[in-house]
Amino acid sequence: MATTPTASADVDESPSAGEPPVLEARGIVKRFGHVEALRGADFTVRRGEVVALIGDNGAGKSTLIKTLSGVHPPDEGEILVGGRPVRFATPVDARRAGVETVYQDLAVADDLSVAANLYLGREILRSGPLGRLGLLDKRAMRQGAAAALDELGVRIPRVTTPIAMLSGGQRQCVAVARAIIWATNVVILDEPTAALGVVQTGRVLDVVRRARDAGMSVVLVSHNMPQVLEIADRVEVLRLGRRAAQLRADEVSTDDLVAAMTGSAGTDRDGR
Amino acid sequence: MSTVEAPADAQRGELSDWLRERISHAVSEFTAATALVVLFVALTFASPYFLTTDNLFNIGAQTAVIAIIATAQTMVIITKGIDLSVGSVAALAGVLGAMVVRDLGFPLWAATAVAIGVGALAGLLNGLLVTAARIPPFIATLGTMSVGRGLVFIITGAVGVYGLPRSFQLLGNGEIMGIPFAVVITVLVAVGVAFLLSQTRFGQYTYAMGSNLEAARRSGIRVGRHLTGVYVLAGVLVGLGGMIAASRVNSGQPNYGISLELDVIAAAVIGGASLFGGQGRIVGTIIGAFLIALVRNGAVLLDISIHYQQVIVGVIIWAAVYFDQYRRRRLESRG
Repeated sequence: MATTPTASADVDESPSAGEPPVLEARGIVKRFGHVEALRGADFTVRRGEVVALIGDNGAGKSTLIKTLSGVHPPDEGEILVGGRPVRFATPVDARRAGVETVYQDLAVADDLSVAANLYLGREILRSGPLGRLGLLDKRAMRQGAAAALDELGVRIPRVTTPIAMLSGGQRQCVAVARAIIWATNVVILDEPTAALGVVQTGRVLDVVRRARDAGMSVVLVSHNMPQVLEIADRVEVLRLGRRAAQLRADEVSTDDLVAAMTGSAGTDRDGR
Repeated sequence: MSTVEAPADAQRGELSDWLRERISHAVSEFTAATALVVLFVALTFASPYFLTTDNLFNIGAQTAVIAIIATAQTMVIITKGIDLSVGSVAALAGVLGAMVVRDLGFPLWAATAVAIGVGALAGLLNGLLVTAARIPPFIATLGTMSVGRGLVFIITGAVGVYGLPRSFQLLGNGEIMGIPFAVVITVLVAVGVAFLLSQTRFGQYTYAMGSNLEAARRSGIRVGRHLTGVYVLAGVLVGLGGMIAASRVNSGQPNYGISLELDVIAAAVIGGASLFGGQGRIVGTIIGAFLIALVRNGAVLLDISIHYQQVIVGVIIWAAVYFDQYRRRRLESRG
């Protein structure tokens, strides 16, 4: 087994090194009672890249994601969007800054149609006085949803289908598409394929690639190391509430990732 | 690698998907409507009085109160809540509506406004208990049910409010061109709420909260405010229903509406509203209300005791909820 340094690859060679990162976290500290989940964590996302965030259980991945999406405001440290400091007190603040998040199980409302889910909280209202009364423009939303899904290559039977009638993969594609459609800067995906089969996973990852190719930045939290290497441009490793490494996905192996996550120099695990 | 292929079953025909969607939406409404027709025909044969104008008028007025309050219940059930306080609140509203007429000489419209106001306040209380105090709806409204009933008895001294002018009967027993006034009000309420639920943002949020509260919250919907709004609107309808009920008997009855919550929950669930939230349509609820009113009416005509009626309604609730569970399980197992 080759020994692997934990923080080897130089990351300042990425394509958009000149402009400030689209999303950056510096020295984030987050405590829950006596537990310090994040101890000065740093995190960087550049425009148009897919960054995988990995770490062992309890490393602080979920907490970091939640500070970046406004669910848990950090106790210390700062978050910058396009180089400018921001405060995310609520998920709505994060969304206003163009950061959209797909949470593991909380992404969609099963009883609503695909179109209604895509526009949830951002409904298009009729123009004129009827709209001021809250009357929905369902036609516009149906057409907008169909067009947006088409652009992302998401195929579902009909946009009027309730989410509950879709397969797990279709459902997740809708959730991811929803985030991509509204995000202007970054889409954060928390274990988007954890519950999916191989084919369905492939569909979700294709949607992610399309978004990246269109200039969107994507943060992917995943435990699936081969998948991380397949889709990510860069990998950031979190260990014990801090950034342990920044790696280029095309320069490392799953063994390297596991080594960075566990902090061991060598490894005898297979990376799963 | 950049195109996402169509899943195999999408190719099998949009038509079948569309049909399946429609059917799954309407299946409980269809079942309930069938049961309604069967019961109607059966009662026509079983009792010579059933198909008389007087009795049909009676059924209409009886259905009206159940339907209006069941409409309120449906809105709450869609949010994954439940309102057990409807009977007490309807009684409180009806009694106070009657008292302001008798003691303060209020005109009917003003008394109706008082009853609706009482309902709205009770709804606001329920809403705040659920959203601000974070008490589960079942317990919150159970408390309101008890408090409301207690207040009714305290205010009236457990004696009915009588001595009302004949005009007080307009809402419950009046008619327009042979149609009970109460039925006209019910139609207006049902159409209005159905429109609200299906065509407006308010309705969209109502379904969204019941379907996935956390997703709704993270979508930026102010769920506390919105949920409270649903309870207030439900209270308004309960107050109106209580006033119509009082008007039917031309008095304020402190005992009115005991176990009314069972009838209206049954009506809503029979009509397809799901106690798991996110599902329910007013069309179905109206059918369900009709069915319950027919059961009650038929039982009276056939001389079946009120105690058996209780048993029948209970069994209907079991059946409707079992059916709802079954449907959910099947949907979920589709993955």
